[in-house]
Amino acid sequence: MPDNSLINIFLDGVFIENFILIQFLGLCPFLGVTKETRSALGMSAAVIFVMTMASAVTFVVASYLLGPMNLDFLELIAFIVVIASLVQLVEYIIRKHLPPLYKSLGIYLPLIASNCAVLGLVLLNRMEDFSFVEGIVFGIAAGIGFGIVMVLMSAVRERTGLVRIPSSIKGVPYAFFAATMLSMAFVNYFEVIPI
Amino acid sequence: MNTTTILIQAIAALGGLAMVIGIVLVMASKVFKVETNPLVDEVLDVLPGANCGACGYAGCGEFAEQVVEDNAPITGCPLGGFEVEEKIGGILGKEVGGEEEPEYPIVHCKGGTNCTDRFNYIGVEDCKAVMLLSEGEKECNYGCMGRGTCVRACPFGAIIIDENKLPKINNNLCTSCGLCVASCPNDLITLSAISEKVHVLCNSHDKGKFVKSVCSTGCIGCKLCAKVCPEDAIKVTKFLAEIDPEKCTACGDCIEKCPQNTIEFRD
Repeated sequence: MPDNSLINIFLDGVFIENFILIQFLGLCPFLGVTKETRSALGMSAAVIFVMTMASAVTFVVASYLLGPMNLDFLELIAFIVVIASLVQLVEYIIRKHLPPLYKSLGIYLPLIASNCAVLGLVLLNRMEDFSFVEGIVFGIAAGIGFGIVMVLMSAVRERTGLVRIPSSIKGVPYAFFAATMLSMAFVNYFEVIPI
Repeated sequence: MNTTTILIQAIAALGGLAMVIGIVLVMASKVFKVETNPLVDEVLDVLPGANCGACGYAGCGEFAEQVVEDNAPITGCPLGGFEVEEKIGGILGKEVGGEEEPEYPIVHCKGGTNCTDRFNYIGVEDCKAVMLLSEGEKECNYGCMGRGTCVRACPFGAIIIDENKLPKINNNLCTSCGLCVASCPNDLITLSAISEKVHVLCNSHDKGKFVKSVCSTGCIGCKLCAKVCPEDAIKVTKFLAEIDPEKCTACGDCIEKCPQNTIEFRD
């Protein structure tokens, strides 16, 4: 990235380095929770929250706790602890305020904790040496990119639910075909926005 | 810096981090506490946990909630039967009715390979799919197509398709949930109490002559069974014998008399 302006980081996170379709991180909710748009939206909101918070907290942890004590080798463990507890927090909030969503997300909600998209995000933040604000912007962007793909995919799958599909590719195989098409669209952003 | 200092620092840093996070999470769990009824968990524990949906709710958890909230009857779980009913009644302090006799499914068709085909079906192996092609490949429009829709509907693996291309029910595995009854596109499967011993294994309302030409075991409506029955328990309506379980004494006279061997004792 030649230019680290916030808008560039944002567009980069949403489209060019889209977590699902370009970096293929976080594929399990992508296929697991996209059967209906409602739960896809809920999942995206949860992921946006976790990614944003994780960017902020891990920056603080890495630069003010581990950095000064020369404990950089503990980064991975500390990050996972932070992410897991953020997911736990989200789980509390959703269970309290949106019980139907809690039911429809099922196992995929606690799975955000081990979601490679979130861990990938905070590690990328460290690799790119983003500042606090840049990290947060990249986190929000990554979450939104994740959300856009989730919603697109769920719309595709909801509509194709009404179509007659050969029984041999019904369900997951068909979802992978749809994912292929979506991914082709996103790969083309490489050329639209010069990097 | 020697190893010990690094070790202590690492433990302190991660421990401190974990402690801060722990405190935050404990506070969050207090703030976002969801009141759940402990009875729901107790009821859930005594349910079979098969999540078959035969009760009409989305799984055992949902049923437990509805029972506790008095929206579902304690008899609602068809799998658990009387045993579970008694336990739920005990937890919720409700009256338990008398024990009901177990009911098992009966397939009312003996056709299978005994029934001739109209054409050679090649396609999706499912009764409902076969039905779409002019009411199935069998000459008999009432009979079993043997493509195993009921086998797939059964969550307990109690049904297999036997060598005669007919579903065979294993009563030891069957839980009387009734999902197979609902799955059969020809409505061939019914639940009947184990004490109802004699059954007419045919569902065809076609005329006797036609049945005889396509199926070697179908009911032809000859009324021999009705005549021989000492209890007057058999009636033939629309070329199909029907047994009144109230009157039937399972003497077996009709079974001997039936020229097509359509009437049978249940296994």
